[in-house]
Amino acid sequence: MVNSGVRTSRPTDPRTVAAGVVDPELPMLTLADLGVLRDVRREGGTVVVEITPTYTGCPAMGVMRADLVHALHAAGHERVDVRTVLSPPWSTDRITPEGRRKLAEAGIAPPGTAPVRPAGPVPLQLGPSPRRADCPLCGSPDTEELSEFGATACTALRRCRRCREPFEHVKEI
Amino acid sequence: MHEETVYDALTGAPDDARWAFGTGFDDPLAGVDTTVPEGVAPADLGAYCLMLGDDALVLAQRLTEWITRAPELEEEVAVANIALDLLGQARLLLARTAAAGVLGPCRERAGASVPDEDALAYFRDPGEFRCTALAAAPNGDFAHLVVRLLAAATLRLAAFDRLRSSRDPVLAAVAAKGVAELSYAREHAARWVVRLGDGTAESHRRIRAAVEAVAPLLADVFTPTDVELRLAAGGAAVDPAALRAEVLGVLDAVLAHATLEPPSWPAGAPPRGRLGDHGPEVAELLAGLQGLARAHPEATW
Repeated sequence: MVNSGVRTSRPTDPRTVAAGVVDPELPMLTLADLGVLRDVRREGGTVVVEITPTYTGCPAMGVMRADLVHALHAAGHERVDVRTVLSPPWSTDRITPEGRRKLAEAGIAPPGTAPVRPAGPVPLQLGPSPRRADCPLCGSPDTEELSEFGATACTALRRCRRCREPFEHVKEI
Repeated sequence: MHEETVYDALTGAPDDARWAFGTGFDDPLAGVDTTVPEGVAPADLGAYCLMLGDDALVLAQRLTEWITRAPELEEEVAVANIALDLLGQARLLLARTAAAGVLGPCRERAGASVPDEDALAYFRDPGEFRCTALAAAPNGDFAHLVVRLLAAATLRLAAFDRLRSSRDPVLAAVAAKGVAELSYAREHAARWVVRLGDGTAESHRRIRAAVEAVAPLLADVFTPTDVELRLAAGGAAVDPAALRAEVLGVLDAVLAHATLEPPSWPAGAPPRGRLGDHGPEVAELLAGLQGLARAHPEATW
């Protein structure tokens, strides 16, 4: 690679390769941006990657695993073991500042801080949703929720009252 | 590369899981340490995870039946999302059941190429399912959907919240993950119950009828089986009797917001569904759920 002046060298460090794999549902984010990559290490001759599911039923998890294996194979790592880590559970608080910036740039409102739960039973919120999000297009805080559930497990649908554009919002969990 | 058709070119990708939205689903517990903790009977733990997994699998199937029938597009998406969360919980719990060594005759029926999780989902007969009638009852109108979902999500959330401290670390992790998802599901159903109850005369009438129809389904959900009692004593499970006051308290509070009188909640009845004693609706539901896998156990798509 050192002598090849025209070719850009591709990263081979397993951590860099794994961190660069993108989320299949939100391809503007890498797995590192999303905070699902828990650890990348070598155990003997094997690259061990630990990932944590965002939502339990998220079908993107299977694709993420496959993409990780594929990318690491392509970078020359023959033995790859992708392991699931369930605890502690993923939270939107794990999305990095860089990830939040990329979401907003793509027109998706990033999540606020995940709610801190008081002691005792999980409180039930009746009445209008307390979630807030600024419009990622015009920046107005005056937005309304259209649906708590969006096209992917992690998003809600909102609309801006000022510019009238609908947009997606990554729900805080 | 020469390929016969575009489809062949797509499916000929070198790594078989790249098209994971079709075939290629892998073990949801891959890489997770599934050793059963000392002092917990693996057979009991497996049986208990099967109960929780079957509730989720069967209710997910009922919710899925609503797709293309909901009153508005956003609601289809919401119901599909909630069903997907439940299906994800079912996959983990059935995989946990299998990892605890509880498989029974479905393992043989399924054939070697079928993973354990799928053997449990697709190759058990109705009497081998451990879901409650609350999860399995046939669908009614939209009011019935939201009242049943409210009751089922409230019950499951109360159980999962306690299971976060289960002595089985796998079950504890599945529960901790499920709490946030179930809170959303419960909230969504509760808002609809309030909206319909405090809506028009017709929506009020419908939701009241739905409450009357769903209330009897709670008769056996707070009655523990022997398996649950043994595991609860050892800190691995929750005794459903301990959930009764909290669950009915939440339901009463939502109904009061919805301007509805609380129904007379049924007295406790002996467990039925948890022991495999179901009405014909479970066989009917499973025929839809299992038909393809049983006819073509090797099928991929």
